[in-house]
Amino acid sequence: MFEIGAAHYMSLAAILFIVGAGGVMLRRNALVMFMCIELMLNAVNLTFVAAGREIGNSVGQMSVFFVLVVAAAEVVVGLAIIVAVFHNRRTANVDDFSEMRG
Amino acid sequence: MAESILFYLFGAIALTGAGTVIMARNPVYSALGMMSTLFSFAVFYIAHLAHFVAAVQVIVYAGAVMTLFLFVIMLIGVDRAEVRSEELPTQRRLVWGVLAVVLTTAAVVFNTSTWSWVTYPLAGQLPPVNGTIQNIAADLFTIWVLPFEAISLLLIIASIGAVVLAFFKPRPRKET
Repeated sequence: MFEIGAAHYMSLAAILFIVGAGGVMLRRNALVMFMCIELMLNAVNLTFVAAGREIGNSVGQMSVFFVLVVAAAEVVVGLAIIVAVFHNRRTANVDDFSEMRG
Repeated sequence: MAESILFYLFGAIALTGAGTVIMARNPVYSALGMMSTLFSFAVFYIAHLAHFVAAVQVIVYAGAVMTLFLFVIMLIGVDRAEVRSEELPTQRRLVWGVLAVVLTTAAVVFNTSTWSWVTYPLAGQLPPVNGTIQNIAADLFTIWVLPFEAISLLLIIASIGAVVLAFFKPRPRKET
């Protein structure tokens, strides 16, 4: 109970990943769905760091660094798309995005 | 002992923040819950001696990314309440069912802890890497230099894409 190991961090990360996945499925606001995707990415980052501590090399932390940069790029493009769609449609609700016709 | 206190305290904060993200009706509350989750993740990274990753987490994620999120929330406007009624009622029940099953499994694994989480011959025997900037950079610019260059290309493409999306407005859509 009081010995904290990789199992504890990975359980927490798994729970947070599930919460994020549930958020993507439940919410209809594009911004909140995007935040839930960020939550899932962070949960996976935590497992990388916890595993990297166990195996005693820097691969875990390096993976987190790369995931972080990819996530930053993803946020920039995704938010730009959301803003562009909002200018076009006046809504951020994904149910109203259901047609591709410009 | 100190690490267990930190783990349970900040784990509770992270779970509360994650719950706020998916439960809050106002997206600003979601962003603030996300921010508290990201800060507690930075604490976990410091507990794993990943100092550089923790600093980057606070600066990039909790700082820049969440500021961008709040900026877009303010730009889009938060006055419109999201309709929470569900056209696919089974989907919501399915999500809660999956969540309950996974939480039960996690609780069982957590209490018995017989499952080997990291299968590696020397798992837990080697000392963890001290993730200072010096140690990280020594690996980043030798072993990982090609992914590093690729990721710089990705960042340039992303920033150009954002500028293009922001500058070139599409024709306003005809109301049908």
